[in-house]
Amino acid sequence: MGNQGFLQHLANGISLGSLYALIAIGYTMVYGILRLINFAHGDIFMLGAYITYYGIVFTPIPWWIMFILAPVITGFIGLLLEKLAYKPLRESPRITILISAIGASFFLQNFGIVVFGGRPKAFPVPSLFNKIIKLGGVSINLITFIIPGVTILLLLALTYFITKTKTGMAMRALSKDYETASLMGIDINKIISITFFIGSFLAAVGGIMWGIKYPQLMPLMGVMPGLKCFIAAVIGGIGNITGAVIGGFILGLGEIMLIALLPNLTGYRDAFAFVVLIIILLVKPTGLMGERVTEKV
Amino acid sequence: MENNNKLKKLSIALVVTLVVLFILNMVLDDYKLRILNLCGIYITLGLSMNLINGLTGLFSLGHAGFMAVGAYTVAILTMPVAMKEMNFFMKPMVPFLANVEWSFLPALIMAGVISGFIGFLIGAPVLRLTDDYLAIATLGFAEIIRVIFTNAQSLTNGALGLKGIPANTNIWWSWGIAILTILFMEFLMKGSYGKAFKAIREDEIAARSMGINLFKHKVLSFTFGSFLAGIGGGLLAALLGTIDPNMFRIALTFNILLIVVLGGLGSIKGTTISAIIVTIMMEGLRFLDESIDIGSIHIEGVQGMRMVVFSIILMIVVVVRKEGLIKES
Repeated sequence: MGNQGFLQHLANGISLGSLYALIAIGYTMVYGILRLINFAHGDIFMLGAYITYYGIVFTPIPWWIMFILAPVITGFIGLLLEKLAYKPLRESPRITILISAIGASFFLQNFGIVVFGGRPKAFPVPSLFNKIIKLGGVSINLITFIIPGVTILLLLALTYFITKTKTGMAMRALSKDYETASLMGIDINKIISITFFIGSFLAAVGGIMWGIKYPQLMPLMGVMPGLKCFIAAVIGGIGNITGAVIGGFILGLGEIMLIALLPNLTGYRDAFAFVVLIIILLVKPTGLMGERVTEKV
Repeated sequence: MENNNKLKKLSIALVVTLVVLFILNMVLDDYKLRILNLCGIYITLGLSMNLINGLTGLFSLGHAGFMAVGAYTVAILTMPVAMKEMNFFMKPMVPFLANVEWSFLPALIMAGVISGFIGFLIGAPVLRLTDDYLAIATLGFAEIIRVIFTNAQSLTNGALGLKGIPANTNIWWSWGIAILTILFMEFLMKGSYGKAFKAIREDEIAARSMGINLFKHKVLSFTFGSFLAGIGGGLLAALLGTIDPNMFRIALTFNILLIVVLGGLGSIKGTTISAIIVTIMMEGLRFLDESIDIGSIHIEGVQGMRMVVFSIILMIVVVVRKEGLIKES
């Protein structure tokens, strides 16, 4: 592999990593507050991509409006999902709510198969993004640069929201200590709704950019990215947003580099994330940036 | 006295079941017999998952992986040599397996043993994790197994799958093993192991302070569960005749989870009944996927509608029975 090839892979790895990071944030935020793996998050990502597709192909709405509108719609779907599938179970044993999450995930997937059809759909990529940039002899698609850019912008906005606003403070309080925070007059339902909205919004943005980079939509397209991004969140230390971003980049870069350096292992690409997960869980179960929690009797 | 009574009841139930099966075996057509076979297999699979998830309280989502191991073991061991040559046209099979041809029983036992052994190997490190982490790690292992099977061309024929597996599974195999599994589970749960499993489910810390070796019991339950899952997978392979790695996706684990949840986590009777109902309903609701004509109205069938209905049923059950998913038998 020459120098140029390496640069190409690096760029691809970074953009895949940014996508993973965007989706992983949704997992980590929800887990931080509800201690729940939102199994349906990957399918929310899929919905985001499909909503954009239908908006662009079947309505006169211009694509750039759809790119903003679709994440908002998806955000509300995420919020609705929480109200229907998770809220009634908030006081139930953990296993119950986890099963509900798996049920929701399978519902969305099969709903996708029924409504969108099982056949892949071609994502309408605006011609702007297909531009190819030559950088020192390496030709790289413009979208490869846009993805990390958008991710960084959204991350800055999210960080501002969480550290500087009152709602963000309430969110942090809830994830630190759910009981105490609820006694302090924080409107739990509102904060949880906002959390789901933000997580689903980011997943939909991820879905749109995924559609531009890999322009083929399928109802089950969210399963693998969903699992991998959850793994990214675990690697970084679940509940920790910075950790999720780092985990996303580790997985994205690692996956691309694995294929680049050892082409024989291409078939094992999807297993890579799981192997990393298991190693991390065995060596440092709380993840890279997670806090150690000991259970008190 | 009480024991005697129970034994009497049990033997009556057994005889009745066998007679019913005998009659059904004679009167049902091939399609219905296949469903009846599936019922038996799903009882075994449901109980094996219930042992891990319901009775011991370990949230494992790796079932499809263990079933794949069992299914491939039976397929590879029982397939005639000539059939193997036909299947492996892309790349010849590894020589030490290409020329074996076992009969069904030893192959099935081997399927359970290998699957149980892999369960043991996976369980030993992974069972240190709890709840969600365990769920995602076991799911990860199942995916790794599937990816390996897709890529190990000379061992499993890769993504092409295996065709022409001898159809050894019949009513007596599928239901015989289902009945043995039910008896084994009842026996296990009555003894000290069963009590320890339940104690771990209720409260790990309390169980540990009572002197229960958490790790040993968890690994034991997980290994037993994978053993039975492997046998179930083997029976399934010999029933369907064709297998490929994509059959063993997370969706398969979900089907079995559905059976266990609907029957009540931890209930042996519940799982048995719900395995039968869910299997029959899965087939019965097939009309949802096909086109329907009501008078002049033609409703185009939609692929996947069945699974939508099923996931809605699961969600309703979970949300309505929020407290009582774990039911005492």
